[in-house]
Amino acid sequence: MTKTILTIDDSRTMRDVLRMALIDAGFDVMQAVDGVNGLEVLAERRPDVVITDINMPKMDGFGFIEAVRRDEQYKNLPILVLTTESDDAKKARARDAGATGWIVKPFDPAKLVAAIKRVAA
Amino acid sequence: MDAMAAIRVTFFQECQEQLAALEADLLALNEGSTDSETVNSVFRAVHSIKGGAGAFKLESLVKFAHKFETALDHVRGGKLAPSPDVMKVLLRSADVLADLVELSRDGNAIDDDCWLPTGEELSALSVAIDAPEDDEEFGSIDFQPALIDIGGNDVFPAPNPANDAVFLIEFSADAELYDRANETLLIFRELQRLGNVAVACDTTRLPLLDALDPQAGYLTWNLQLTTAEPRQSVDDVFEFVNGDCHLLIKTEAPATPTEDAYDIAALLRSVQDNNDEAAALPFSGPLQVATDAVPLSTSIGLARADNPVTAPTTDDAANGTSRAKASANQAPATIRVEFDRVDRLINLVGELVINQAMLSQRVLEADFEGSSAVLLGLEELEQLTREIQESVMAIRAQPVKPLFQRMSRIVREIADVTQKDVKLKTEGDATEVDKTVVERLADPLTHMIRNAVDHGLESPAVRLAAGKPAEGVVKLSAAHRSGRIVIEVSDDGAGINRPKVRAAAIRKGLIPADAILSDNEIDNLLFLPGFSTADTVSNISGRGVGMDVVKRSIQALGGRISISSRPGYGSTFSMSLPLTLAVLDGMVVSVGGETIVVPLTAIVETLRPKSSELHGLGVDGRVIAIRNTFIPLIDVGCELGISDRPIAPETGVTILVEAEGGARSALVVDAIQDQRQVVIKSLEENYGGVSGIAAATILGDGRVALILDVDAVVRRTRGDLTMYAMEKVAALGSA
Repeated sequence: MTKTILTIDDSRTMRDVLRMALIDAGFDVMQAVDGVNGLEVLAERRPDVVITDINMPKMDGFGFIEAVRRDEQYKNLPILVLTTESDDAKKARARDAGATGWIVKPFDPAKLVAAIKRVAA
Repeated sequence: MDAMAAIRVTFFQECQEQLAALEADLLALNEGSTDSETVNSVFRAVHSIKGGAGAFKLESLVKFAHKFETALDHVRGGKLAPSPDVMKVLLRSADVLADLVELSRDGNAIDDDCWLPTGEELSALSVAIDAPEDDEEFGSIDFQPALIDIGGNDVFPAPNPANDAVFLIEFSADAELYDRANETLLIFRELQRLGNVAVACDTTRLPLLDALDPQAGYLTWNLQLTTAEPRQSVDDVFEFVNGDCHLLIKTEAPATPTEDAYDIAALLRSVQDNNDEAAALPFSGPLQVATDAVPLSTSIGLARADNPVTAPTTDDAANGTSRAKASANQAPATIRVEFDRVDRLINLVGELVINQAMLSQRVLEADFEGSSAVLLGLEELEQLTREIQESVMAIRAQPVKPLFQRMSRIVREIADVTQKDVKLKTEGDATEVDKTVVERLADPLTHMIRNAVDHGLESPAVRLAAGKPAEGVVKLSAAHRSGRIVIEVSDDGAGINRPKVRAAAIRKGLIPADAILSDNEIDNLLFLPGFSTADTVSNISGRGVGMDVVKRSIQALGGRISISSRPGYGSTFSMSLPLTLAVLDGMVVSVGGETIVVPLTAIVETLRPKSSELHGLGVDGRVIAIRNTFIPLIDVGCELGISDRPIAPETGVTILVEAEGGARSALVVDAIQDQRQVVIKSLEENYGGVSGIAAATILGDGRVALILDVDAVVRRTRGDLTMYAMEKVAALGSA
């Protein structure tokens, strides 16, 4: 069964890079441009995994994750944060918000896929 | 790789947008904005550029963006106050970042010297607040498609006992592990990928049913992993859950699995088989752990584990529609279209406009008596055609904002060199104008901005002495005014020094020493070719480009430029431009049986001269006296070779035009037919260049009409006239 990944990033470049890497790896891809848009897309169709950027306008990655986790139906939705910040404070904040895991940019497609597999059933 | 090349193009397009936003936000901060969203937005812009640059291995760009980002992060975190000095470094960094983006885009080698000094300044900002810079290095990325089967168990590596290490893993999940949507089952699956796993479950912590918290984790697993992979790979599997579980990993010599351990591969296979039956408990079948509470423990311990399995499976039938909905949600409601396609559309609409005009004329000629339905339909067609034309033109319209933003950099650079305090104020950034016009405005505008700072504004000391604030203001504004765009560059400097301008013009022989000129005429002397008032040619404005070139570029765009100045209060350069270059407002005139279009922008006035106002000059030259000035007469028919004999100006119509350099001439034509908007058709593309003709258009009746190149015609006849007449003519400003 093809897995669907929702990517949320305000950078068109990163959305394109992610889409290419994910499609090459055999995933279906949905996209959103910020946290608010991410919630809208999520309401349309449930993905298997969400990959979200942290720094975004309107609603950042932390806000998005917190909003998703507040909703009972998404308690088990795996969310990976995409970050260039490898510092632990950012990761810790993402974890506190309820992130399942993280991917450090710039990412190797193989690592991206490995991270998804670690959280996707 | 094609896809990567396309993303690269997107990346640089996006960089331009980010840089524009960055500049705007930094300027807002510089103005004292304390809006935290502004700082966030600045940070995001640099962050995005860095992120994308990392994907394309643009090392210098990544390194510089990283330093920039670090400093901005401090500003964002309130650790670094955006003082004027800090803002200066940040603004300069934005310029350097823009340069690096440009160099990277064009594939040019990047000399580290172009960014290292500013990078050092940024680092100094960060060091100053005692936060050691996190100098993360970015690994490169190779976009090799990673085709990995995510679901299959059949790809698990076969263990090779000879080199394998054995890891004994004690693992129990905390409630937080599940709260973050991690799954023990998936962790085991990942371990299984590394090698051979045997697992035993300890259920002793499991409470009785009434004391059971379904959100808590009670099970402890003892796993034995036999693998050729290094310890790091094992740690990686637990990366996301470390901290949300009890985890103990020990290395041991190879050994056979303990008796009460079970083959997890078999378990996973059963999970896979049960995938479709969401309610099925994957472990309930094969897992027969010998404890009292077996059935209960397995179902509870895995209550979370089977949740992902129950996640809605994709309904293939609904797939298409939901995907379409999702894509509708991808916020930017824009599409990128090649410029050529828009041009083609504009051309076709031009044809449509012509065709509609022809049809209207034919219908009128055919005289559909009483058939008001036809006429009504025709009217509607005309209305629709005009609307289509306007809509299509709007596609090419762009706000002047990016152009204006580029100017703020120019101002900064010149202010630095000239040691002047300058603030650039912009107004009407959102004003839209044809893309071609925007592009071709950049050079003249740059020159005018340079002039305003270099020549217009006084030094801070002089300003203070004159009772003005030390900081000079250059204002750049855009506005729509009666179907044209008016762009103004004004400064609050000393204004044009008219005695000095006049003296310079006399010294250069541009005007006679006794010429009587109005203030406005003196101001317009600045537009004469070769005019320069700067005592020393500075390296800023003095680049061999004078205001005459600026004026010519504006005129080439179908625009006009004028100056107004008040001594002590500053000067304003005002440009009026057409909204598009695809259509032109023209006066349709008859010349020797032909129809010619004269661009309206060149026309000052039309008149019927009296014979007393006409004078002969030289062999066959003629001039007309208008308000005490002699203006050369040009017979358009003879000049273009349409007619043999010149028209008597008294019987025809004289059109007073202004050509480049402010030179005025009087064009003599037979009659004026009409004034209308015409669609420009390139003569070079369709036929070939013709001297004196700028382009062609097609009239309503299907005939081709030529559009006069006023500058060329005037230039051609210049040599026939005496120097004095020309100079006098040239000195005349656009009153």
